[in-house]
Amino acid sequence: MKKQSFIVGIVLSLSLMLTGCIDKSNSEGTSNNVVKVYNWGDYIDEDVIAQFEEETGITVIYDTFSTNEELYAKISSDPSLYDVICPSDYMIEKMIQNNLLAKINWDNVPNVKNIDPLMMKRVSDFDSNNQYTLPYTFGTVGILYNTTMVDEDITSWDVLWDETYKNNIIMQDSVRDAFAVALKKLGYSLNSTNEHELEEAKDLLRSQYPLVKAYAIDEVRDKMINGAAALGVIYSGEYLYCTEENPDLAYVVPEEGSNLWIDGWVITSGSKNKENAEKWLNFLARPDIALKNFEYITYATPNKAAQEMVDEEYLENPAVFPDEETINRCEVFHYLGQEMEDLYYEMWKLVK
Amino acid sequence: MNKKKWLSTPYLVWMIAFTIIPLLLIGYYGFTGRDGSFTIENITAIFSPAHSKALLKSLYLSLLCTIVCLILAYPVALILKNKNVGQGGFVIMIFILPMWMNFLLRTYAWLNLLDDGGIIERFCESIGISYTSIIGTDIAIILGMVYNFLPFMILPLFNVLTKMDQHVINAASDLGANAFQTFTKVVLPLSLPGIVSGVTMVFVPSLTTFVISDLLGARKVMLIGNIIEQEFSIADNRHLGSGLSLVLMIFILASMALIHRYDKNGEGSSL
Repeated sequence: MKKQSFIVGIVLSLSLMLTGCIDKSNSEGTSNNVVKVYNWGDYIDEDVIAQFEEETGITVIYDTFSTNEELYAKISSDPSLYDVICPSDYMIEKMIQNNLLAKINWDNVPNVKNIDPLMMKRVSDFDSNNQYTLPYTFGTVGILYNTTMVDEDITSWDVLWDETYKNNIIMQDSVRDAFAVALKKLGYSLNSTNEHELEEAKDLLRSQYPLVKAYAIDEVRDKMINGAAALGVIYSGEYLYCTEENPDLAYVVPEEGSNLWIDGWVITSGSKNKENAEKWLNFLARPDIALKNFEYITYATPNKAAQEMVDEEYLENPAVFPDEETINRCEVFHYLGQEMEDLYYEMWKLVK
Repeated sequence: MNKKKWLSTPYLVWMIAFTIIPLLLIGYYGFTGRDGSFTIENITAIFSPAHSKALLKSLYLSLLCTIVCLILAYPVALILKNKNVGQGGFVIMIFILPMWMNFLLRTYAWLNLLDDGGIIERFCESIGISYTSIIGTDIAIILGMVYNFLPFMILPLFNVLTKMDQHVINAASDLGANAFQTFTKVVLPLSLPGIVSGVTMVFVPSLTTFVISDLLGARKVMLIGNIIEQEFSIADNRHLGSGLSLVLMIFILASMALIHRYDKNGEGSSL
C-alpha cells in the first residue's frame, strides 16, 4: 500500500515538473517577441488571442485580475510585469498620476479612428489629452433583479434597503462601487470627498449589512442566474449574458443616478515590448475583432465601426448600450488621492 | 561532527532568504508609514474598531474550532491506539487522504455542498425538510476550519498515544485504578505534549486563515486574516498590513507560550 502510493506520488510530481518545463520553454523560447497582457477575468474572446498570435507572430502571455486594486498593487510593485493592461477610469487616472503608464504612439494604432469620438471625449475626463487610453468597454452600474421574486417596478436604490428582501440582496464587494450606491441614494456625488457625507454613506451601508446575503464581484452573475437572490448590484455588461441564461432577470439604472464606467487598454511605463503592445491595441480596435469581443463578453463596445454591425435590438437596449438619458444621470469615477482612498477603505472596513 | 557543518549551508541560505529577510521586511514596513518615516500607527491600528472586532472574531472562531477538533480527535486517537498497527495505520490513512487534494478545492467543495441549490439543499428538499444555506454564517466557517485542520489534531494525538508505554497503564490498573482514573491520572497527563502540538497546529492556521472565511463567509465575515490580506491586495497599504501581521504574530507567540506553560504544569504534576 505504502509503496504503491509512493510510486503514484513520484509519477504525479514528475508529470507536474514536466508540464512546468514545457510551459517554460514555450514562453521563454520566443521571449524576444512577446506581449504580456493583464486583463479582467473572462474579458476577451480567447479566440482573439489565438488570432492575434497567428497574424502577428507575437506570443501573448495572458493573465487576469479581478479588481482594479489588485491590478494596481501588482503594477506599482513592478511596472515591467506586464506590457498592456485594462484598468477602469479612476484607476487609469491614478496610474497616470503615479507615472505608471506610457503614452501611446497613436501613429502605431491607426484603428483608433474607429472609436466613437464622444467616448474619446469622455475619456479625456480622466486622461486629459487622450494620450494613454484606448477605450475598450463602457457601461453603467445598476440593479439586476429577478422578476419572479420582485413584484414592484424598481426605480430607486431604496429597494436595496427594503426589509422584504432580507437575505435576498447581493451587494458589490468593491469599495468604490458599494459607496457609489449609498452616496447616490443620499443624493451626493459618487466622487464625494466630504467626510460627513462619507460617514453617512458608511452608516447607510452598515444598516444594509443584515439584509445582504453576500458581498461579491464576479459571482454576482452566477448567483443571480441561479436565482440565489432577488436583487444584485452589477455592471451593465453582465446583463446580456444573464438574461440569456435566465430570462426572468431585468436590469435597471436607478433614477438617483449611478456610475458610468469606462475600461480602457493602457501601456505600462515599464513595458519592454511597447511596439507589440501597440499592435495589440490596434488589433483590438479593429471592427471585426471588437465585434467578436462584444459578442463574447457582451460588454458595450465604444467601437463605432463595430457598433454598426451589432444587432439593432441590442443597440437600442439601454441596459446594454446606455442611452443619452441614462448617461446624463451617471457620473464617472475619479481618483480622489491616496488620503481619500485610505479613508474610503477605512470606512468600508467598518461596514462589515 | 564539525566537519559536516557545511551540510547545513543550504538550509541556512533557505532560512535567511525565506524566513529572516521577510521577517525583517515585515518589521520595516510595519514600523513605517507610506512616506517611509517611522511610526507606530500601524501597530496601534489594531485598537481601531474595525480591526479589533476582526481580531476578536478570529480569536473566538479559532478557539471554538480548536475545541471542536480536540473533542472530535481525542476519542478517535484513543480508539486507534488500541487497534493493532496495520488497522490503526489504515484508519489514519483515511484521515490523511483528503489532504492529498488541494486545500482550495476541498473548501470549494464545501461551498457547493452548503450553498443555495447545493447538494445538501436538494437532498433536504427530496426528503421534505427545508434547508436555508448556512453560507455567510459563523457555523459555515467553523465547519470549514474543522474539516481542514482536523488531521493536524489527530496525528500528534495518535503519535503520542501509540508511543505510550502499555506497562504504565497496566500498572495503574494493577494498583487499583478504574478505567476513568487511569485515563484522568495517567493517559491524559502523558498525552499532554500531543495535545499541545495538536492545539498549536490547529489554532495558529485557523487564527490566520482568510481563504476559508472568504469562500464560506460570503465575504460577510471579516477575520483579521482577511483584513491583512486586503491591506495588501486591495488597499495597497503594505505598511498597515505588516503592522497588523506583527500584532497577530505577538498573539500567536503569547498563546503558544500560554499553552506550553500549561504543558509544563501538567507534566510537573504527573511526575
